Amino acid sequence: MMGGKCYKNLWIHVILITVSLLSLFPFIWLLSTSLKGTGENIFAYPPTIIPKDFTFANYIGVWHKVDLMRYFINSMIVAGGTVLLNLILSSLAGYPLARMEFKGKKIAFFAILATIMVPFQAIMLPVYLITLKLHLVDSVNDTLGFIGLIMPFAVSAFGIFLMRQAFLAIPKEMEEAAIIDGCNVFQVFCKVLLPMVKPSLAVLAIFTFIGSWGEFLWPSIVLTKEAMYTLPVGVNNLQGMFSSNWRFIAAGSIISTIPIIIFFLAMQKYFISGENEGAIKG
Amino acid sequence: MFKYYGKTAPYLFLLPAGIVLLIFFFIPFFQTIFLSFQNYSTNIYHSNFSGLQNYIEIIHNPIFYKVMWNTLLYLILAVPVLVIFPLFLAVLINQKIKGITLYKILIYLPVIVSIVVAAIAFKWLYAEQGILNYILNVFHIKSIGWLTDPKYAIYSVILVTIWKGIGYYMMIYLAALMSVPKELYEACDIDGAGFFRKHLTVTIPHIMPTIALVTTISSISAMKIFAEIYVMTKGGPLNSTKTIVYYIYEKAFENLDLGYASAMAVILLVIVMVFSLVNILCFERNKYQL
Repeated sequence: MMGGKCYKNLWIHVILITVSLLSLFPFIWLLSTSLKGTGENIFAYPPTIIPKDFTFANYIGVWHKVDLMRYFINSMIVAGGTVLLNLILSSLAGYPLARMEFKGKKIAFFAILATIMVPFQAIMLPVYLITLKLHLVDSVNDTLGFIGLIMPFAVSAFGIFLMRQAFLAIPKEMEEAAIIDGCNVFQVFCKVLLPMVKPSLAVLAIFTFIGSWGEFLWPSIVLTKEAMYTLPVGVNNLQGMFSSNWRFIAAGSIISTIPIIIFFLAMQKYFISGENEGAIKG
Repeated sequence: MFKYYGKTAPYLFLLPAGIVLLIFFFIPFFQTIFLSFQNYSTNIYHSNFSGLQNYIEIIHNPIFYKVMWNTLLYLILAVPVLVIFPLFLAVLINQKIKGITLYKILIYLPVIVSIVVAAIAFKWLYAEQGILNYILNVFHIKSIGWLTDPKYAIYSVILVTIWKGIGYYMMIYLAALMSVPKELYEACDIDGAGFFRKHLTVTIPHIMPTIALVTTISSISAMKIFAEIYVMTKGGPLNSTKTIVYYIYEKAFENLDLGYASAMAVILLVIVMVFSLVNILCFERNKYQL
């Protein structure tokens, strides 16, 4: 019996270790290349995982030639702004849908639901034309450029429905007590209800952040200035800058990945606890 | 409950989100449809109503069929793998064995990392003298142009999408597996059912709705593929990796043929809406409390 169980767990471990290694391998190979000096042929047969001519020179080189810090700050501004607006707009809109009766509620509900069915990719051209018309582009100035990067993703049906669910779960007595104490509806919302939906706000913040951080299509459409590049756009641009210098491309890619890996490890319970599934989707 | 809010309050709460959705969703939505009936091909500053001309051009364009074929390949290759393999992994991971958290983190890692970095990492694996060709050579197989040979490029790109999606769908399955009653497994153990019997008779029937959900959402994302293509192949060689979204992007932002691009976008819209509608009506009713 004991032996049977060990054997059973062994094959599970073998499969899971194999899959884990396959998940990791493209990064390991990139990391290995980024640490190889010019004294080592990166196309050597057989390939070596552990660099023989170990060096950090590629990292220093790419750091000096490319303003990765600037890309990082740009990504932070865009992701931060997107998260903030999503939290505010989604909770504002989720509240009346959960708690109030008003004319046109059904219409509002289904209009928001309809947005889930339409992919951004299908409407991106008019979104771009409108963004141009509103002068929300980096060729006007940086601030407007950031606003243009953020606004199309400032609210999502996913966020609104998430917040609506959260408000539905709060007992009505909470509001009634606050009203009797003399609060108006906005005070009830800010002082009583918002603190109670913090867990949902956290989920919304984290998944919006990840989505915004990885966004590539929209910034590559609207951005014109290199100084405005977000990390994904900047990293893709490394390919053009260093054409076949894979040591630099690899080093730049690895650097760009560090912040999101730290974020992921710090917030891992939100991703792998299995409670918030279906939340993230690009 | 007594009504404690004024008549205008609900509208005020909805207003900010409403304005954003109006400007960046509803107007563009109708504009896409409108533009698809306009002819821009001669002058991008001037257009005129052209009826179905863009659509007729599309269905007479061989590239359109290539693009649809590539999308179909995505659906018949990536979707089944993304439906079945993550389920298998989730079942393995959903037990009390050592190192579960580490496995979950490692398998989820590709989901978190930017698709651009993932695509660059794979481009490097796929290099002409890269490590994958080395492995082929070890087995006495000639090197192939993973991304440069029109015969193979689409499969190489699909592999990246699969690799990046496995962890995501595995977590969806894990959440669903938590709801399968443990007694059913115990009953199976008493009956002496093996691993596969047990999961075929208990797990799969129980999480059928989740399997269907994963099918629809992985299909929808397969139709929205863009970044992998942009970073690795730009749709080439010979349009062999061109997807619907890449095609729209190219027509709209490189060829500036706004009408044609919009008609293509409407085609994407219709296909995705059908899948989404099935999704919402059949599998996500609870989420939206319809």
